[in-house]
Amino acid sequence: MPTLTYRDALNQALREEMQRDDRVFLMGEEVGVYQGAYKVSRGLLEEFGARRVVDTPITELGFAGVGVGAAMVGLRPVIEMMTFNFALLAVDQIVNSAAKMRYMSNGQVGVPMVVRGPGGAALQLGAQHSQAFESWYAHIPGLKVVMPATPADAKGLLKSAIRDDNPVIFIEGEMLYNTKGEVPEGEYTIPLGVADIKREGTDVTIVCHSKTVAVALKAAEQLAADGISAEVIDLRTIRPLDTGTVLESVARTHRCVVVEEGWHFAGVGAQVVDTIQREIFDALDAPVLRVTGAEVPMPYNKQLEKLAKADPAKVIAAVRQVLYVD
Amino acid sequence: MAGTATKPGRKTIDPATAETWRTWLRQMLLIRRFEEKAGEAYSLGKIGGFCHLYIGQEAVAVGTIASLRPDDYITASYREHGQALVRGITPRAVMAELFGKAEGCSGGKGGSMHLFDASLGFLGGHGIVGGHIPLTTGMAFAIKYRGTDQVAICYFGEAAVNNGAFHEALNMAALWKLPAIYICENNRYGMGTALERASAIYDISERACSYDMANEVVDGQDVLAVKAAMDRAVERARDEKLPTLLEVRTYRFMGHSMSDPIHGHYRTKEEVEEQRKRDPIAVWSGRLIADGVMSEEDVKAMDRQVMEEVEDAYRFAEEAPEPEPEALFRDVYAPEES
Amino acid sequence: MEALSPTMEEGRVVEWKKQEGEPVAVGDVLAEVETDKAVMELVARAAGTMLKHVVAAGATVPVSELVAVIGEPGEAVEAGNGKKTEGRKDGKAEGPAAEPAKPEAPKAGAPAPGTQPTADRENRPTSMPPAPPAAAATETGRVKASPLARKIAAERGLDLQGVAGSGPQGRIVQRDLAALSARPAAAAAPQVPAFRPVPAGEPFADVPLSQIRKTIARRLAQSLGPVPTFYLTIEVDMERVAEAREALNAAGQGKVSFNDITIKAVALALKQHPACNAWWQDDHIRYWNEVHVSMAVAIEDGLITPVIRHADQKGLRQIAAESKDLAGRARERKLTPEEYTGGTFSVSNLGMLDIEEFTAIINPPEAGIIAIGRIAEKPVVQAGAIVPRKRMRLTMSCDHRVIDGATGAQFLQTLKGMLENPLALVW
Repeated sequence: MPTLTYRDALNQALREEMQRDDRVFLMGEEVGVYQGAYKVSRGLLEEFGARRVVDTPITELGFAGVGVGAAMVGLRPVIEMMTFNFALLAVDQIVNSAAKMRYMSNGQVGVPMVVRGPGGAALQLGAQHSQAFESWYAHIPGLKVVMPATPADAKGLLKSAIRDDNPVIFIEGEMLYNTKGEVPEGEYTIPLGVADIKREGTDVTIVCHSKTVAVALKAAEQLAADGISAEVIDLRTIRPLDTGTVLESVARTHRCVVVEEGWHFAGVGAQVVDTIQREIFDALDAPVLRVTGAEVPMPYNKQLEKLAKADPAKVIAAVRQVLYVD
Repeated sequence: MAGTATKPGRKTIDPATAETWRTWLRQMLLIRRFEEKAGEAYSLGKIGGFCHLYIGQEAVAVGTIASLRPDDYITASYREHGQALVRGITPRAVMAELFGKAEGCSGGKGGSMHLFDASLGFLGGHGIVGGHIPLTTGMAFAIKYRGTDQVAICYFGEAAVNNGAFHEALNMAALWKLPAIYICENNRYGMGTALERASAIYDISERACSYDMANEVVDGQDVLAVKAAMDRAVERARDEKLPTLLEVRTYRFMGHSMSDPIHGHYRTKEEVEEQRKRDPIAVWSGRLIADGVMSEEDVKAMDRQVMEEVEDAYRFAEEAPEPEPEALFRDVYAPEES
Repeated sequence: MEALSPTMEEGRVVEWKKQEGEPVAVGDVLAEVETDKAVMELVARAAGTMLKHVVAAGATVPVSELVAVIGEPGEAVEAGNGKKTEGRKDGKAEGPAAEPAKPEAPKAGAPAPGTQPTADRENRPTSMPPAPPAAAATETGRVKASPLARKIAAERGLDLQGVAGSGPQGRIVQRDLAALSARPAAAAAPQVPAFRPVPAGEPFADVPLSQIRKTIARRLAQSLGPVPTFYLTIEVDMERVAEAREALNAAGQGKVSFNDITIKAVALALKQHPACNAWWQDDHIRYWNEVHVSMAVAIEDGLITPVIRHADQKGLRQIAAESKDLAGRARERKLTPEEYTGGTFSVSNLGMLDIEEFTAIINPPEAGIIAIGRIAEKPVVQAGAIVPRKRMRLTMSCDHRVIDGATGAQFLQTLKGMLENPLALVW
């Protein structure tokens, strides 16, 4: 299996889907001539031309709305947000227009659109550029929220997202773009709404997504050295949430820690915890714990930033707590 | 308000034109009677939520939509009963929607602010001021993308031009040369805030200069003038693939919504009375009578007919079934198989 | 319910000795209560009249729950209070009480002062010492357990009430039950207690766990689980012990058993090997200077380990007399807690049941136990010839955290030497 970067896996997915379906076009800031702020769209302008790889002014609300309008009349836009921090300007279009069109039109008008770009913190980008907003979008009925953690997942999920008839918020990771992984050759898709067990284990289930998958896997490795067997579940899709995989695992391990990059309050993990306690209360041997970003705007200082992020040590501490070790 | 853009006078009108003109009057009457009935139903509690009436602005919807083809796209704000009726959604389907009934054009799930009929290219009333303007740009983008000669039009009030969505949408439409027509129905008040209290420049059409976009100002109480201006805009879009900002100066005879008095603190009773003298229906029926296209009796007969149609719509809406409970979860997402 | 043993978390009222309406003096026996170890007497701490038995004979009641009300004749007893009383917030044990009224803050479940002044007296604290807190039970008696622990307990028919929870605030978690549900493996049982047979025609009989059975299970399983145990077996020639015993018994003044002799030998050997006379205390090891030998005694429905204190300093006859007395009272469930706690090392004997050898389970916090097998004639090579000798096998279970292999082996060598040369026991 060839090894690709996450960035190139996304690029392949875009390329293949644009080759496959003329209705698919890519729009956003710097996607064309500049080749993408993070080079995800490298080479696409050359292959598909300016009709289908459309550079926009810095006007997130505007081009998100353009995407919704184009999707309403049959195109399949992929709208790139340079980062999801900037997508805040487009939230009205995503929430009030994209997510609701099908419902308020009684099923007459759908919005098959992907809004994609990096989310969460990178390194020392400060408060306004280091935010994980998946819980915001996941809160909205009508939206799907997808967050791949590996190159293979990135490709398979983006292809499925583009083919999906619903608005899909597809959140990548700036820190993930350079990560490498094996990506199957040829045509393949990964269905939305299906979590993936990234590591099998028996003592505790660690639920995570996106960048925190690497955090959880690292923690699991260190826990294994202490004789603790952790199962790592990558949600991959936040909405619809694959509750089955999570519940099946926690029913086996009886203990769970949910890790996410975003803030604690009303985060994705809160939904996971709710599901677990509601569905398999009797399987729990300990309260489900959550490891999240600190409840602060992201500081610039490197040490402070490190403190604010979920890391393997925090995950390990939580795991030991639910196992009543220590 | 500027004087009428068209000059009445006794002359020979060809029968096809006469028929079209009568149709416009009928459409304007239909809107008027429908909205009066909707107001009545609202006060009886049969319509809930927000209800924004179109009374006073009828000539805008009639004059603009008259220029369109069936395959063109229309989006509108939440004051869109008039456009929906003119575009061809039946009074029954619109009234049933206001009543929240299953037979409504949005299945009772949209309501007054969200009327849809995709088969007529009527792509929604939208509830966030200005939020739908970029959608029209997107539809125009799709038209250009596919290389067809449709046009996409958008209705919004003058209050929407101060928000970013308007600016962003028009900038891209002009930048990319899209077949879009942005119809600003300037009824002078954004809710209770007069235009001059909200906008640094009074002439909204001037905004188009920022985008090097064609613009025009037209008297919205004169359906013939509206139609003429719209024809020019549609031609520009369809043939030249260029957008237009069309400012249509009109007036809302009713309050902002049903929970708002007709004048209130922000405008005087005298002003409303003065404006009512240029009731678009009176202006147009007077012109038809003057031109000998219709008699007064004809107009009254037409009005009675329209009222019957509205009564029928009302009865239909009253008797129509409520949406079944299963409808609650339907159409949140697309069906699994696409 | 008073705590009548150090480990008691609940007690079963076997019989009321004072009936409702009877006068009660301080020190009167009110009831017999079966604790986790024995049947004990519940004694009046105050005088008055037995107004009400809050629980009937046969009922099991957690420590600190109200069991009866003593007061002035004719005093009203509130019905609601008679059912169940909230646990004490003041840390004092609930017991038979008739102290004079004294204003105090209202307690949960008790009427506010002034509204039911007489009824309130029933909740008055006595001068009793604080009861040890029930392991995982909250003040209201609710057991704190994880949902999983509750589910497992329900499936296996376990009672969580007495289980010590190892989670935060004493929460009972899965691992606490893993120990509880494990079978108490081969523990010493010199006399097989009367076993109630399964009625004819029945494939099986479910027998509810008695208090003592629960305690045995918990304690022994605690041992087998966390205690890293290893076993050492040695064979001892008992010819000379047999001779000595015969001589001793022929002299009259009470009989001495092989068991008594072994206890004495163990005690003396421990004195020489203090490394084996120790308690594991989690964060430290307590080495004992005193030697108190616990001896496993089978009783109906279980076993108990009365202690021969200072066994190293006692003569064989005294040990024999004490062990006989202790074993007898143990079978009658009449031992006091002081008599079955505090051992430093244990001895368990199944020899009389023809067991060749076995491994016994350590009685924590002790670090070792000797399992005594039967004494049998065996062919032994002695001076090139095969001769029959009385032989006995001893198996020592050692807590490896305290006793290392060689340490235990040396102890056994000493023990063997003493038994094979019983004069050492006399000196």
